[in-house]
Amino acid sequence: MNIGLLILIVLVIALAGFLLGRRRALSSAGGDIRKLHSLPGYYGQSVFLFSAVPALLVMLVWLLAQPLVIESRVSAMISPADIPDGSTLGLVMADVRRIADGIDVAMAQGTLTKSELDSMRADLTDVRGRLADVGVAIGSNVSQNVFLAAKEFRALTSIGRLAMTIVGVALALAGAAFAYSRITPRYRARNVSEAAIKGLMILSSTVAILTTLGIVLSLVFETVHFFRLYPAQNFFFNPTWNPQFRGGSDLGILPLLWGTLYVSFIALAVAVPIGLMAAIYLAEYASNAVRSVAKPTIELLAGIPTIVYGLFALITVGPMLRDYFAQPLGLGASSSSVMTAGLVMGIMVIPFISSLSDDVINAVPQAMRDGSLGLGATKSETVKKVILPAALPGIVGAILLAASRAIGETMIVVMGAGAAAKLSVNPFEAMTTITVKIVSQLTGDTEFASPETLVAFALGLSLFVVTLGLNIVALYVVRKYREQYE
Amino acid sequence: MSEISASAPVATGDDMTGNKRRDIGIKRRYAAEARFRMLGIGAVSIAVLALVFLLVSILSNGVSAFRQTFVAFDVTLDSSVLDKKGNRDPGEMAKVTTIGYGNLLKKALIADLEAKGVSTEGISDKDISGLLSKEAPAQLRDRVLADPDMLDQTINFRTYANGRIDGYYKGRVTMETAELDSNVTPGQLQLADRMRAAGMLDVGFNMGFLTDPDASELRPEAAGLGIAIIGSAYMMILVLVMSLPIGIAASIYLEEFAPQNRFTDLIEVNINNLAAVPSIVFGLLGLAIFINFAGLPQSAPVVGALVLTLMTLPTIIIATRAALKAVPPSIREAALGVGASKMQAVFHHVLPLAMPGILTGTIIGLAQALGETAPLLLIGMVAFVRDFPAAPPEGFFDPAAALPVQVYNWTQRADPAFVERASGAIIVLLVFLFMMNLIAIILRRQFERRW
Repeated sequence: MNIGLLILIVLVIALAGFLLGRRRALSSAGGDIRKLHSLPGYYGQSVFLFSAVPALLVMLVWLLAQPLVIESRVSAMISPADIPDGSTLGLVMADVRRIADGIDVAMAQGTLTKSELDSMRADLTDVRGRLADVGVAIGSNVSQNVFLAAKEFRALTSIGRLAMTIVGVALALAGAAFAYSRITPRYRARNVSEAAIKGLMILSSTVAILTTLGIVLSLVFETVHFFRLYPAQNFFFNPTWNPQFRGGSDLGILPLLWGTLYVSFIALAVAVPIGLMAAIYLAEYASNAVRSVAKPTIELLAGIPTIVYGLFALITVGPMLRDYFAQPLGLGASSSSVMTAGLVMGIMVIPFISSLSDDVINAVPQAMRDGSLGLGATKSETVKKVILPAALPGIVGAILLAASRAIGETMIVVMGAGAAAKLSVNPFEAMTTITVKIVSQLTGDTEFASPETLVAFALGLSLFVVTLGLNIVALYVVRKYREQYE
Repeated sequence: MSEISASAPVATGDDMTGNKRRDIGIKRRYAAEARFRMLGIGAVSIAVLALVFLLVSILSNGVSAFRQTFVAFDVTLDSSVLDKKGNRDPGEMAKVTTIGYGNLLKKALIADLEAKGVSTEGISDKDISGLLSKEAPAQLRDRVLADPDMLDQTINFRTYANGRIDGYYKGRVTMETAELDSNVTPGQLQLADRMRAAGMLDVGFNMGFLTDPDASELRPEAAGLGIAIIGSAYMMILVLVMSLPIGIAASIYLEEFAPQNRFTDLIEVNINNLAAVPSIVFGLLGLAIFINFAGLPQSAPVVGALVLTLMTLPTIIIATRAALKAVPPSIREAALGVGASKMQAVFHHVLPLAMPGILTGTIIGLAQALGETAPLLLIGMVAFVRDFPAAPPEGFFDPAAALPVQVYNWTQRADPAFVERASGAIIVLLVFLFMMNLIAIILRRQFERRW
């Protein structure tokens, strides 16, 4: 049965429970709500929650667990002899799933009947051809074991779905009945339903932890998988990046790391002076009118999607740098270069530096300014000798946050920096970064189990660790600084 | 004491010269002050100019995507070609492929040129039909199959001109480049000029850019944003439905109920860190967990929405908590004082008052999600999709594109006409973002209360 329909059924049961529960509470009190512990709505609410929440949660867990259980049952049916040379169990299982889908499609189109399917044998019929007729392409010929596995897969899936429907509806009804039966005038319905709602809130707030856990687990799991296929010391210390389709790839992170750091360095070299000076000007010099226009305008830069910056780098900045700088200076003829990506990324990062520094500068106590000005210092001397030293930790924090932003940025470098992995110092040459390679290794038709694909997860983990480290240090520095003046 | 006595003689001794020095020093210091100030003004103006330059560059490249060259001419839908059996059965008629329609269009165009007196001297028949988009036969076929009664009538068929002809009227193609281009000849351009004079060719607003699906590499003139807009809309609906309740529930718990303990600290640290995790890492998460582990389909809006929800949740939670914090404690205390439970105080009084702030934060989070590209690349949204997804809820699982990914997709194609399309798509994206932010600002202005 359709999941959406099932959810709807559960909700309808719960809603009916709400109305019934409310009515029962009223009738149990003889229509006088002063005799009830809680308002009548809370009795209905308690029935609703008991009915809907357990059923929906169980269905969610079921949806996640069912593929795993079926996978392990079905993959046990496939003997090592069924796996062709150069293939893996995972690939055969993908075939199994595709054949099962194909049978569904054929059944839906009416080209295959149930009795025909039951008597069909892969060694006697051309399963591949039959499925190709309904538009499902299978990579290789289908062996009998694989075909049986596919049939088993289909059967288990439909049993699982039926069981889930029954369990879901039954749980909803049972929950409703249980809560309904407990309704008496003295039942503390408000306390019960409030506790349930609080439980749901706690559950919602654990989503953040679960997400982090999901990120860490998926990255670590696939990275370990990768290091089994490709030695870790080669990944960290091999100075070449040269993925091959047929194995024997060089997958060293060094050139990518160099590109990433180079681009980020240029971005910060652009953004830090501009952002910092803009923040100082807006905080210390600008009139209210200028400030109220310029500050939101600069912050607009942070609201523009990175794809827009990417396109800007690709069609405007890149060709301009090539025609006016790189070619006349004889430094290269590529429009995508470290300089292109770095400049554009620098523009993107300006608001991060300026608005964070602005906050920090404003947080410096006025007394320190007044003291310095009172001693006869000019405004710029006050800024340079008093405010900046006082705000320095906060500014360093802002720069670190901006650096983590720059290192993790993807679209600008994908469209502006190029794809060639090189260890070069010429900023007008195309180089590549970690994020570019994550994208290029995972888009396009690649087998998921090969080291060329899995390397993306190792790159992702490296990126995650670096940006997380920068963030933690930055937040620590900023917090420490805040305490100083509070 | 000793300091004063030590420094006083120096000060009095050097009085004349010292004063002079101090004057020079003041000048220098004032000059430094002015320089510093100019640097500040310079920094602010560089930032503002960069924004202006960025927007102008995108706008000037993309505005032309909304205008398109059309060719209009009379076509007689000959039933002896298009419906050989003559029974008007769309199933039978579907056997005539676009090649058949292409030949019909070619003949009709040549005949109509002759009828209107446009000279085609020195231009081969193939070049004449080359003025039309390669999409034209398919368009005509779809129209005829949808309405077989049109057969044997003469209709005025308006279709896209070929991308190069379109480029000629947008200044992308000139006579000189046409000499070198194997896809277009100067003769075709001159013919296009003559057709324009005869009223068979016009440049007008291109609605198809907003409604058509994407088109292949060879027909940039027919590429549109229809599927991308629908895909993005589906994702935004799902992100809203998932992130708003979870975000509000989590924020209320953390702000109003959570005790100060390790667990609460852990959640807070996680939220702050997630807000700074690079977006591409969320794409890896989506690929590993939603697609490989849970077996959800690639390119589906539902997977994109799940990834974007996880990405926007920290933004929404941070904004919601700020909005809840802004409601003064006196409101809660008054509610508790007249006997409300803590839950009632929050849901009946605090939450409604915080709602404008929450919605503003949510809209800004959604705007961020709408422009996000990198994670969507990893979950297969780059696929070339020609079929519109079905209506929700099934449509959430159908392959679709997304606006920013469509931009990326078009920049990866060779034909320069796609650069214009990509910039045009950015304009559409920016218009959506602008509207969302405008709604957020209006909400804030209209409903925000200051206590």
